[in-house]
This record gives sequence, structure tokens and C-alpha cells, in this order.
Amino acid sequence: MANHAAAQHKGIPWKHVVGFVLSIVLTLFAIWFALETDLSTNIKLLVIFGLAIIQAALQLLMFMHLTENSRTQGFSGRIQIGNILFGFFVAIVIVVGSVWVLSSGHAEKKPTNGEHEMKMDSGSMNHD
Amino acid sequence: MAQSKVRDLNTPMEYQSETGRLNILGFWLFLGAEIALFSTLFATYMVLMDRTADGPALGELFEVKGLLIQTFLLLTSSFTCGLAIHEMRRYNVKGLFFWMITTILLGLGFLGFEIYEFFVYIHEGANIGTSAAWSAFFVLVGTHGLHVTLGIGWIILILIQVAKRGLTPQTTAKVFISSLYWHFLDVVWIFLFTAVYLMGMVMQHG
Amino acid sequence: MKWDEFFVTGDPLIYGADVSIAITMLGIVFFLTYFKKWKWLWTEWLTTVDHKKIGIMYIISAILMLFRGGVDALLMRTQLAVPEMEFLDSQKYNEIFTTHGTIMIIFMAMPFLIGLINVVVPLQIGARDVAYPYLNAVSFWTFFIGAMLFNISFVIGGSPSAGWTSYMPLASNELSPGPGQNYYLLGLQISGIGTLLTGINFMVTIFKMRAPGMTLFRMPMFTWSALVTMAIIIFAFPILTVALALMTFDRLFGSHFFTLQGEGMDMLWANLFWLWGHPEVYIVILPAFGIFSEIIATFSKKTLFGYKAMVWSMVLIAAYSFLVWVHHFFTMGSGALVNSFFSVTTMLIGVPTGVKIFNWLFTMRKGQIEFSTPMLWSLGFIVNFVIGGVTGVMLAMAAANYQYHNTYFLVAHFHYVLIAGTVFACFAGLVYWYPKMFGHKLNERIGKWVFWLFTIGFNICFFPQYFLGLDGMPRRIYTYSEESGWGPLNMISTVGGFMMGIAFLVLVYNIYYSFRYEPREKTGDAWNGRTLEWSTPSAMPPFYNFAKIPVVKGLDHFWNEKQNKEIKPLTTQDLQKIHMPNNSGVPFVMASFFFVSGFGLVFEWYWMAIIGLIGVLATLVIRSFDYNNGYYVSVEEIKETENITK
Repeated sequence: MANHAAAQHKGIPWKHVVGFVLSIVLTLFAIWFALETDLSTNIKLLVIFGLAIIQAALQLLMFMHLTENSRTQGFSGRIQIGNILFGFFVAIVIVVGSVWVLSSGHAEKKPTNGEHEMKMDSGSMNHD
Repeated sequence: MAQSKVRDLNTPMEYQSETGRLNILGFWLFLGAEIALFSTLFATYMVLMDRTADGPALGELFEVKGLLIQTFLLLTSSFTCGLAIHEMRRYNVKGLFFWMITTILLGLGFLGFEIYEFFVYIHEGANIGTSAAWSAFFVLVGTHGLHVTLGIGWIILILIQVAKRGLTPQTTAKVFISSLYWHFLDVVWIFLFTAVYLMGMVMQHG
Repeated sequence: MKWDEFFVTGDPLIYGADVSIAITMLGIVFFLTYFKKWKWLWTEWLTTVDHKKIGIMYIISAILMLFRGGVDALLMRTQLAVPEMEFLDSQKYNEIFTTHGTIMIIFMAMPFLIGLINVVVPLQIGARDVAYPYLNAVSFWTFFIGAMLFNISFVIGGSPSAGWTSYMPLASNELSPGPGQNYYLLGLQISGIGTLLTGINFMVTIFKMRAPGMTLFRMPMFTWSALVTMAIIIFAFPILTVALALMTFDRLFGSHFFTLQGEGMDMLWANLFWLWGHPEVYIVILPAFGIFSEIIATFSKKTLFGYKAMVWSMVLIAAYSFLVWVHHFFTMGSGALVNSFFSVTTMLIGVPTGVKIFNWLFTMRKGQIEFSTPMLWSLGFIVNFVIGGVTGVMLAMAAANYQYHNTYFLVAHFHYVLIAGTVFACFAGLVYWYPKMFGHKLNERIGKWVFWLFTIGFNICFFPQYFLGLDGMPRRIYTYSEESGWGPLNMISTVGGFMMGIAFLVLVYNIYYSFRYEPREKTGDAWNGRTLEWSTPSAMPPFYNFAKIPVVKGLDHFWNEKQNKEIKPLTTQDLQKIHMPNNSGVPFVMASFFFVSGFGLVFEWYWMAIIGLIGVLATLVIRSFDYNNGYYVSVEEIKETENITK
């Protein structure tokens, strides 16, 4: 009875194999790029974070079947994609936002550089 | 809540019951929450990573070799976990068990390396109370490690259930959800690998 | 630890609390035993997975917490009524404003709204229960246990006193020693689990359990507001979870996230707290908007004006709400660019809110307005909320904010939005859906007294505070001098505060009065409503909600059916057996283990914390192995319940 369903999943799971090989290659490339090249730090960071995002997308699409569950009932696949995209937005806001907010203005230097005024007047923080 | 009686054979078993479909969607939403959780930990780490006080700098203690082994263990476990689901969809219980147990073993190997790594750092004078940067490191990486630990325990519980009940719409949905969790931990590790280890070493060595 | 450190001693207020807690407990035990209600309590309530009962338990807990937070408020107003008052000392005052803020936001506003969502949303979308009834019980019990853990700090160990925002380094071990701050961390952490689960549960429920024909754009506005709120909860609450955990690590395990030593960064706490805290503001205001939308449409007898604009403005608010958090600490000293950016986003978020105000006004235009109590609350909301909103835009200007911040101007502003928005909505929703929950209305005459007393008291209490703020009175001071000249306005404010207290008592009396004397509803449609929750034949829906799931043909489906006289009584042919979930005692037990664990961590008794956590894990494992899929309600039983003879 299961033949029909099984037919779709026979043999070598190419999707997984390709995903796996790509993830290994991307990892090795990121390490090589970060540690063995002489480019500026900013470019390195940009590239390795770009690679990380590509690799995360690979996992989501090739391994986790993110877009599945849409044909069976309603629009679950779309909800899942929307949810992950909104999660991506929130993640960017939290990480980039926090770093930006806490590293500009008076907050930009750490206290060891003799700039002790970085510790803001805590009395002025009682804001709601 | 009604169980659908007619099985659509084109649909993987985990999607065949209403409960299964609801649970899979709900778990995706939970993963959204996990994204926010880890993002907050990453933000904390990024803000604090230069604040090493009197302790060692983060990049000073990182090693490429251990990092590579850990990364390959986890990447491979994610792959084998995917194969397990592939076998499950072919109704091959043996294959499912073989690949899932491989996944667990790889996960245990990963955990072993992580614990060893933590011991090395503590030995070299970096623990959770050393500086803000090390607090952030241990809690971020440790939270991921805790997730892996819970994941292993959870997959074992589900495998016991599959052994007892075989493949049903309910057990397959559980296996599928646990696989989503496992892949997600790999996604988090990719960012740990990049934002913590690679960035730490780039900052250290320029 | 000695027993006199364990129990809080040496203060008549505390002894009063001890005695009243003991008497209440004894009273409850006596009542349950005398009327042989223990079994009833366990089978009907503690183990229930019925969304309506869970909702009612949420609302009862929220009203209790409103009482606790309200008493805190009145103690503060008493202390501030005249200059140099000697009623509370500074430490007690700090504790009281801390518990007031925390309880009102986390344990009153949110549970009240979540309670209403629990009761109403499944009915509005024509569902028999939520997607995960068991998880819903876990949500409630973790919230409840978190609230209880937070509240016992008053008599055991001492209350937190670092403000509801708990800024570091004030909340650190050095400046806030003892278990008080730990209660804050653990109480919020445990109840936060419940909130997150509610978010997932209702999001899946609304997406997946709607009656056939109810497309997303045919959903009632309250359901929409719940959906958007749940999306915010899912992404905002984990931020709080992490922030609380990090501070717990700082206090218990010597890490240096927010400390002054080890190059920790105190402002990181403020940053994370408000990254959650601002979305939280919208978590408590969007459902309020939903409630007012339902009420205004019902009592204007018109379809909501600008339905799609309403929906899209809420969706926009959900995304925007993550982009404004820095306006809570403009004075931290971030760069001009940072402050300008967040100033602009803050003003922008006012736009969709303004759109909604106009939509409500246009809904009423040319409608046949019926001035029922829920409608009065809604009208009061529009007027007072606008005052709060306008002063909010004043605060949004970063440069001007340096003048207003940390004064009573700010206190007045956020009470105008939170009380006129959220609290008015809670009262409005309670009155509006009361017949759905208890089968009879709240008395309208007394209800109107409550409205006028509360609204007038509210304005007398908080309007003067704008001027106190402009006069330079800082918030969170426990007393002030005669020469400051703040005395008269403070006295007026205190009078208003007590009027609100009286209004609350009248509300509670109304619940008793209406239970005794209000006529029982004979149909399910107490207010000539428009949405599906009013379509059940009996006033209080049976546990399975709908004997036959309705098929929806448009917005305001029930109203249209009534207008077109399409409603037919059910016959046996309509019925099928209904699948329902089983009750379970596990959520209650799990929450109890959370309590054990939390209490252990508060006092740093790690053995106890570990026992609690093992208990929690054990309940999770038990649940995982539980393959009980519920049961079927037979057609015979449905016929009997629904009085169907044909």
C-alpha cells in the first residue's frame, strides 16, 4: 500500500546529499577566508556572515522542508515562511540594533580607556 | 481534532492527522521564538565581546582544530537526521532507527568536545565570572549545548515510542518535529561558528 | 537563614497582611470542606482544559491582582497626599511602587486580556476549543504560579524594590541584597513561559481552527487583534526570558553581564528590557483596540468602518513595535543619530493608531448608538486615550524628552494610555462578555456608576500629575518638601485615586448584586451582537461550544443571518458525535514543581531548585508518553444538552 508514497522517496536522497556537501564546502571556505586571507576585517566579517546566512537558508530549505505543509491543509507553508522571515527581521533588529545603540554617542568607548564617564549617570535612567 | 480516517498516500504520514499538522505548524512558531531567544544572546555577546577586563581575550583561547571537529560532527548529525526522516517517509523503521541513533551519537560526540573545550578554558583562567565577555561566551555557547542535551534526551524518548507503537501518524509527527529541532540547532551552530569563533579569531589575529 | 529573616517582620502592614492571608486561606479551606467542594474544585477547575473555564480563571486571578496592585497604588497615594508624610519609609515605598508596576502589567493587564481572548476567540471563530487545550492549561497554571511566587515576597523574604524596570546596577546584589529581586526574576520567568505558550497556542488556533468560510478577512476584529498580539508575544517574550536569565546569572552565579565589575554593561539591561518592554506595550493595547472595535460596532449597529485599514494598521504596529524601544532611555546618552532615528519611528507609530481612532469615530457616525455600559467605557476610552497619545508624542521628541523624563509628566502619560486603554478595555470586555461567561448581565445601573466614578476619579488622579511633572516633581520619590509647592496637586491626585478605589469596590459589589438579582439570559444573544460568540442557543455555551459548526458567509455573519431571518433551530440530522480532549491534572502538578524550583532559586537553595526541575522534566516525560486522544460526545448527549426533540 505504501508503494506510491515510497516511490517519491526512493534511492539516494539527492537533496540531502547536495545540502550536506554544500554546507561542508561553505564551512571550509568561511574558515579559509577568515583565517588565511589578507583582506580587511570588515570585508571578512561581511563575507563570513553572508556565508552563514546562505548556509542557514540551505538547512531550512533542504533539510527542514520549510515550504512543506502547504498543499495538505490551508496555507501552513506560507505561515511558516512568514514566521521565519519575521524572525529574521526581529533577529536583525535585536542584534544590529543593540550593537548600534550601545556603541554610539557616550556609550562608544569601553571604560578601560580612561573614559569613565561611559558609565552613565544611573540616576537619569529611571525612564519608563 | 478529528483523526482523518482516509490516508492520502501522497502525503507523508506525519501530515496525515489533524494533530500532526497542528503540532508541526506550532513547532515552527516555537522555532520563531527560539530565533528571538538566540538573537538576544548573540546581541549580548556582540555588545560584550571586547569587555574582557583582566581576563584573556576571547580569540586568544579559540582553536581551529577543535572547532572544525565540533562543526563537522554537528553538520553531519544534521545530515543523518535528514536521512532518518527520508527513511521514515519510506516506512523503513530500521533505517529510521539507524540514522537517528547515528545522529544521537554524533550529538554526544559534539557535546563531549564542547565540555572538554569548556574545561580547557576554565583551566586557562576563563570562566563565567572572569569578565563580561566570558560570561556572554559561556552563556551563549552553553545555552546551545543545553539545547543539544535536551534534544538528545527528547529524541531518545520518541524513539522508545516508535519502538513500542511503530510508525503511526502520531509517532511520525513527533519524529519529524524532533528532527526540525535538531536541524535548527545546527542553524544556530552555524551562527555560533561565525559570530563567536571565526569573528573572535579574526578580531584577534586581524 | 533564621526564621525572622525568612518571614518579613517588624511592620504592622506586614502583620496585617499575614493575618488577612491566614484568614482568607482558612476561609477557603473551610468553605470547600463544609460545602464538600474539593472534588468539584479539582475536576471542574484545576484539571480543566476548557478554554472558557481557563479564561474565567485568568480573569478571576487578574481581578485579584488588580486588587493587590490597587492597594499598592492607594498606599503610595496616601504617602504622597501631603508633604513630608510619615506613613511609609523610603524602602517600603520603593517596594510598593515596584510591586505595583510589575503586578499591574504582568499579572493584571496581560492575564485579564488573555482571559478574555481565551473565553471569546474560539467562540468567535466557530471552534470547539483551542489548538492545544492541554498546553492552554499549562499556560494558565505557570502564569498563576509565577504570580503567586511574586506575591508571597511580601510576607516571605521581602519584596523587590528596584522598580518594575529593575535597572542595573540598582538591582544588583550589592544594591539590592536579599531574595526580593530574585522573586522578581523567577516570578516573571515562570509566568513568561505560560505567556509564550499562549502565543503559540492562539496563533495556531486562529490560523487553523476557523469555521469553514471564515477567511482571514472575515474574522472579527477582536480575533485579528489577538492574532497580531500573539505574533508579538512569540517574538518579544524570549527577549525577556534571556534578559531575566542573564540577571539571574549575575545575581546567583557571579557572571558579569550588567554588573559594574568585570566590565559588565548596566545599560545592556535597559536595552534588552525595553526591546521586550516596548512590544509588551502593544501586547496589552492591541487586544484592547480589538475589544473596543467589537463593542463600538455592536452598539452603533453598524459594520466596523474601515475594516481593512484597521487590520493593516495593526499588522504595521506589530512590526513597528520592535523599532521604537530606545525612546524609553533617550537620556542614556546615545548619539544624536540614534535618538533622532528612534524619535522618528516613535512618532510614526502614532499614525496607525490615529487611523484606528478615526475608524471608531466613523463607525459611530449615523449609527443608532445605544449607551450601554460597555459602550460608555469605549467612548471614555477614545477621549482619554487621545490625551495620553498626544502627550506621548510630546515625549517622543528626544530633545524635549530631556525635560520630561523621570517626572510625573511621564507617569501621567503612561497611566493615561494604560488605564484609559487597557483597563477601560478590560472592564468594557468584562461587562460585554459577562453574560457569555456567567449567563446573566452585570447590572447596568450600578455599572454606569462604576464607569462615572472610575473615569472621573481617574482624571482627578492623573490629570494633575501632568502639571506636577512640568513643575519638576520626579517620579519614584517617597516624599517631598513643603516648599516645593507640590502639596495641593498631590492631594487632589490622591482624592482621585481613592475614587478609583471606590469604583473598584462598587464593581465587585455589582458582581455580587448581579449574581443575586439580575435576570438570567434566555438566549445566547445578550446584546444583539454581530459575531459568532452570540450565536449559541444557550446563554453560556456548552463545553463543546457549537453543536454544529457554523458555515460563515461574510463579515458579521451572525448579524446578517439575523437580518435575513436565516436562522433555523437545529435538528437531529445536523448532529454528529463530537471529539473533545480529556481533562488533565498534569499541568497543575507541573506548575507546582515550577513553584518549588522557583522558590528554591529565590533563596539559593539549589537542592530544592533541582528537585523542582526534575519534577518539571518528569511531567514533560509523562505527557510525552500519554497517547490518550480524548473522547467522543454522543449525539444523544448533545440532543439532551441542546434540548433538541426533533
